[in-house]
This record gives sequence, C-alpha cells and structure tokens, in this order.
Amino acid sequence: MKSLPRVDVAIAGGGWAGLLMAKELGARTGLSVVVLERGEPRKAIDYFNGMDELDYAIRLRMMQDASKETVTFRNTSQDRALPVRQFASFLPGTGVGGAGEHWNGVTPRFLPDCFELHTRTVERYGAGRLPANHSIQDWGITYAELEPFYTRAEKLLGISGKTGLDPFEGPHSEEYPTPPQKMGYFPALFSEAARSLGYHPSPSPSANLSQAYRNPDGIMRPACQYCGFCERFGCMIGAKAQPTNTLLPVIARQKGVTVRTGANVRRVLYQGGKATGVSYVDSKGAEVVQPAGLVVLASWTLNNTRLLLLSKIGEAYNAGSGKGQVGRNFTHQASAHGLEFFFDRPLNRFMGSGGCGTIIRDLDGDCFDHGPLNFLRGAYISAYAMGSRPISNFGVVPPAVKATWGVEWKKAAIDAFDCTATVGISGEHLAYRTNYLDLDPTYRDSLGDPLLRMTMDWNDNERNMIDFLSAKMARVGGEMGAREVVATPMARHYDVNTYKTTHLQGGTIMGTNPGNSVVNPWLQHWQMPNLFVLGASTFPQNASGNPTLTILAQTLRTADAIVDRYLRDPGPLA
Amino acid sequence: MRRRHFLTFSTTALGGLLIFTLDRRPMRAHAQSERRIRVQLKFFDEQEALRVSAAAARIFPSDATGPGAPEAGVVIYIDRQLAGPYGRDRYRYTQPPFEEGVPEQGYQGKATPREVYRQGLVLLGQDFDRLAPAEQDARLRAIETTYFFRLLRQHTIEGMFCDPMHGGNAGMIGWQAIGYPGPYMSWSGHIDQHYGKPYRPKPRSLSEVVGYPVKPWEEAE
Repeated sequence: MKSLPRVDVAIAGGGWAGLLMAKELGARTGLSVVVLERGEPRKAIDYFNGMDELDYAIRLRMMQDASKETVTFRNTSQDRALPVRQFASFLPGTGVGGAGEHWNGVTPRFLPDCFELHTRTVERYGAGRLPANHSIQDWGITYAELEPFYTRAEKLLGISGKTGLDPFEGPHSEEYPTPPQKMGYFPALFSEAARSLGYHPSPSPSANLSQAYRNPDGIMRPACQYCGFCERFGCMIGAKAQPTNTLLPVIARQKGVTVRTGANVRRVLYQGGKATGVSYVDSKGAEVVQPAGLVVLASWTLNNTRLLLLSKIGEAYNAGSGKGQVGRNFTHQASAHGLEFFFDRPLNRFMGSGGCGTIIRDLDGDCFDHGPLNFLRGAYISAYAMGSRPISNFGVVPPAVKATWGVEWKKAAIDAFDCTATVGISGEHLAYRTNYLDLDPTYRDSLGDPLLRMTMDWNDNERNMIDFLSAKMARVGGEMGAREVVATPMARHYDVNTYKTTHLQGGTIMGTNPGNSVVNPWLQHWQMPNLFVLGASTFPQNASGNPTLTILAQTLRTADAIVDRYLRDPGPLA
Repeated sequence: MRRRHFLTFSTTALGGLLIFTLDRRPMRAHAQSERRIRVQLKFFDEQEALRVSAAAARIFPSDATGPGAPEAGVVIYIDRQLAGPYGRDRYRYTQPPFEEGVPEQGYQGKATPREVYRQGLVLLGQDFDRLAPAEQDARLRAIETTYFFRLLRQHTIEGMFCDPMHGGNAGMIGWQAIGYPGPYMSWSGHIDQHYGKPYRPKPRSLSEVVGYPVKPWEEAE
C-alpha cells in the first residue's frame, strides 16, 4: 500500500460541503488541503450539449453508478434487505460537484422551530402527542445561531428571492442578494388562488439567478434563461449555482488546495482516539494511504454513515436495543406524488427553471394548530414551472381513462400533456427508531466492502399529513380553475421505485450530547476531535424544506469554528 | 460476427409521408417515390424487429389523432438501446444472490433488458406482426402484467419522445404531437408571457440547437 506525504486536512467528497470547506480553509489558512473525490473531474463547459432528457434524466448519466455500489433496502428489521439494483427513489450524485451539479436550486431556510423540534413540540402539545416509536430530537443549535451563516450562504450562491412576504419565515438579517425569478403561468395561477384562500404565497428562493450576480469571492454568473433543464442536468450557462461554477474557480487559485479525482475513500484511519488520515482506492485500483492532521467527511448522507461504520468509529445503532448512534435517525421526505391538476388550457410548461415558482408555508412545520389533527408537522408546498420534459411526463390521463396504452390512452395523454401540472408537497419526515442505516450482511460493492442497508417505512404521521394537505391543495386547484384534481394517497409502504426527492438525512446526526448523537453542534465527532462530518447526514431529522442551503450554512459555521477556535487549540469544541 | 440485419420500410405502407432517421440524419421520403428504406439493425434480426415494431404500434398507434410508433422509428430506438450499455445492464447492480423481493424493493430479476426482450418475443409469438390489430391487442392484454410489457411500454414512450439522435422521435413527430419544442437555450423572453395560450415554437433537436452532431450515451463506449 502506497503512503503519500501527510497533508493538514483530508476531505472525503468533492460536492457542495467538501469543496466549500476546502475553499474556506484555502482562503483563510495556509493549510495543505486535499479533497478526495471518487468520481470524475467536471468543468462547467461539460454541460453545453447536455440538454438530453434520455441520457441525463432517464438513464441518469450524472448519477452514482449502481453497478459498482448501491444500497440494500427493506421496510422493517424483520424483512430481508435486497439491493436497490437501480436508483429511483433518490438519486445520489457522483463526480466533482456531486449532487450539487444536478440539483434544482431550491433554497429555503428551515423554519426556526425545526432546530428545536422535540422541545417545541412537547411544549405545545405535550410528550403524549409524539408518535410511539419516534426518535425526534433537537439539533443542538438554534435558527438564531445559524442565521448569519444562512445569509453568507445566500450571498455565496446569489440566491434570488424576496423576504417579508412569508409571515412564517425566520428573521433574515439581509434581503436576498437578487430579486425573485420570473413567474411561469402555473405558479402564477397557484399564487393567485392560494392568496384568495388566505394562504401566503411567496416566490421560491432560487439558486438559478434572476439576474447576473457577482458573489463576495468575485465569481460572476449570468441570469437564468428558463430553458427547463435543471434537475438531473448541469446548467449549460452557469446560471444555476453549482460547486463547479461557484467554488472550483476560487479553489483553482488557491495554492494549498488540491482536488484529487478517482479517489474512493474506504476507511478513516485512526490511532489512540485521533484520526490519522484516510485510505482510498485510486482510479487504477491501487490502495493509497493519505495521512492527515484533520479529516473531514463530506461524502453525502449515505456514504458518510457508511464510512464511519466501515471504519468502526463509534457504536453502530442497534434498533432492537436502541443503543449506538451511527446509522440512527435516517429520514427521507414525506412526499405526495400525483397531486395532479388537470386544466382545460395549455400551460406551456416546457419552459421554466428549478426555482421558478411559488411556495406557501402556511401548512408547514407548526405554522398551523395540530391540536385537533391526527399528525404533527407539515409540508413545504410549492407550484413550480421547472420545465416539463416529455418522456418523464407523458402518459398522465384523467382518472376516467382506464387504459394505459392504445388508442384511447394515446389521445387522452396527448390532450392532457400540456394541460396538467403537479403541486409539490414536501412533507416533513419525522425520525423513528425503526428507520435506520447499518451494514448489509450479504451484498457487497465492487471492491468487496459491505453495502449500506437502509431500513425504512412510512408511519401514520406521514400518511395522515399527506391526506390532510392533499385535501387542502385540492381546494386550491378548484380555485385555480382545474377541471379535475387527482390526489393519490401515500403508498402503504416506503418503496424504492418512485422518485421522491434526493433529500436523505441522518445516520451521523448532531445533537446536544454524546448519548444522543455522533457529532457535536460544531459537526465535530464527539470521541474523535480531529474528525468532522458535513452534510445532511448530521440532520437529526428531515425538516420539510430542501436541505442544501442549510448544509452550506452549517459548513460555513464549522469552517469558522475550525479556523477561529480549533486550529488555535485543537480539541473538543463542545 | 452476427449476420447483418436490416429493417426495410415501405414508404407507401406508412401512408404517404415517412420521416426517418438513419445514422442520426433526418431523412424524408414521400409516398410517390415508392422508395424502400433499409435501416441496419444492431440487436434484433428483421423478424424480431417487425414483431417489436408491431407491438409498439399497438401501444402508441398511428391513427386519426396523429402518427405513432412506426413513424417515429420506435423500434430503431429500442434496437439501439438494447445494443448499447443499457441493454446489457452496464449500470445496474447485478451482484448475486438474486432473490424475489416485495414490489417495494424494485426489479430484482437477473435478466438484462436484452434477455427480457428475447423472452418477451416468445410471449408475443412468431406471427405477432401478421395478426389483425384486435388479435394483437388481445395478445398484449394477456401479457400486460409482465416485466417485458412494462419495459416495452416505457421504451415506446422513450422512442416517441427522445431526442432524434437516439433513433426515435424521427423528424420530431413525437414532440410535434404534444407541443414540445425540444431543448431551446432560452425561454427568458417567454416564461412570463402567453399565460393560458398555446405557445408552440418549431421543434429543434439538440444537434440543431448546439450546431454540431451530439453523440448519444449509448454510443459513448
């Protein structure tokens, strides 16, 4: 095994979190930093001829290659897990920039009470209202502590939006850096109808710029052209903030930072309670040791958890006994699919952008009284003009049409194609003792390491929430003039066949003490002070809204803590 | 080396106008010309292609509401997909053991898309393309719940609406049928206009938009 010269910092994962940490350390310290990314290098120019639905959105050209590594899945501890042989329910990214390249760019801040979920919920409703098998908890930080970092993250990306329209949003110390994006027809209709029913629509915050913007690092990006190719695509002009256009150009000028691709980190190495580096397999299959003074895991929710389990750092969660921290509080998103609105007018919905739309938070979090209801929390509800592509969206027909192929179906599907749209219900997914990650006893990756196993099922809270919200949104659909609104109830069981979101949380969660979490509120490992973990794997539970902005804000907060405190006095920060 | 197979289209048989892609070049032929077009197959033999084409034609028929799978070249699209990395499961996790799971766990079969089609062709029957439409429909209804049919239906939709560089959506007739214009670089001047009214720019393929031929992923290896 080859051993390389020691570096000050080794970062596993070259997506938003890893590259942002590298950029901050590169700008503010003289440390040697190496980012180890297992995928391919990428450049912004790569996306110029990438507007092809089949290759990118259907065959998933930018996503993790499942043939080499996937996860296994089962609903409960009693079931046998089988491999997710092709990704569908969520889409892990790979390559420089990671999933930050092919995201939609929707960037809400979390509602303030999300960070104190357990405390606030018990305060208002009593502990008796918590679901029997829940494992929800507070994050160990507050919205107020995170607020300055939200503001910095928004400036880094140039977020387009407008504060002050949503009465439920947490305080913003500054207005968004750029005004909201233009509004497409469907979100405009939704806004008007929602307002007339007493809701508070506001333009979606978006990392797709409404106008050209220069960020504090001097990075210029142009205005979004609404081409409709955001999610599952890289932006061909760089209007959508991506690690390759926002962070890489800065890192390229930094002497201390190296981005090494084709470096698949497999273990965190340690001795005497301190991390000593990482080992990885390079693109030629050689095993390499990279010694480092500080190790940062930023390799996405699933892989951060898997690396700790494979490295045997911390105690693996045991669902039977409830002991152990690594792997627990795994959450996805309670999302309704097929809240489909049928209109008798064309929507021209081939146009749009990932953040071109309107949101309401009246039915999110605890913004409405749950006293008489049979569930807790709510959803971030949205109407977007994201650009509707034909392969993914053709075939929706009114419920009266029973055929799924043939003459009748074809006619109905052609008639409906540009006259239907979906309202998004991104429901908060609570953490449960029965939803978790561990290592699979049977299936292995192409290098011979055990796959991660996910055990996940829906509970009544999600089902009741989606039913309630779908009924509310059906009324908005009526107000919009929809001829028909079709709400599909949530499936009985969690499945890996239908796309939900790529918002996976938990596994290496943060918390107030080593007895309830893997990392402290500075995202520093409780037992191994020179190991930090970044990303949504640190979220104790899903918070309804899209996670990227919060990941960036937390990464900036941790970068400050490392530069201002840890480097002066290496040791526990909490 | 497999024997070279071709699919031969009679332009008259397709009702006057055939728009077809051959080596990713749009090609037009009119009925009057009585031309026959031979397209080289990469995976199917000619008989298999005729049967798959006939089945796709029942899923997305050519009828009074417009052209369907035959005119779009859906079978050529499927042939190229099966010949490429997708067809041999290059990107699917195919490590054993293969166990039967619950539907929530997704497709757990060992068969690659190529193998699924070979088995599916048996289900369709040797004479499928020579049956009357009603008989074809009856036979398809009998296999509606198979994984083969699910793939065939999905691939028919893909072949109707993919970029023409993949061999389907010939002449962008699929896009025209649903008012989809293809990958334009900018709708900035239109996104907040045309509210409630159809806006139907002329469809353009990716190669037309970027100005040079783009290589599809199935040919990248």
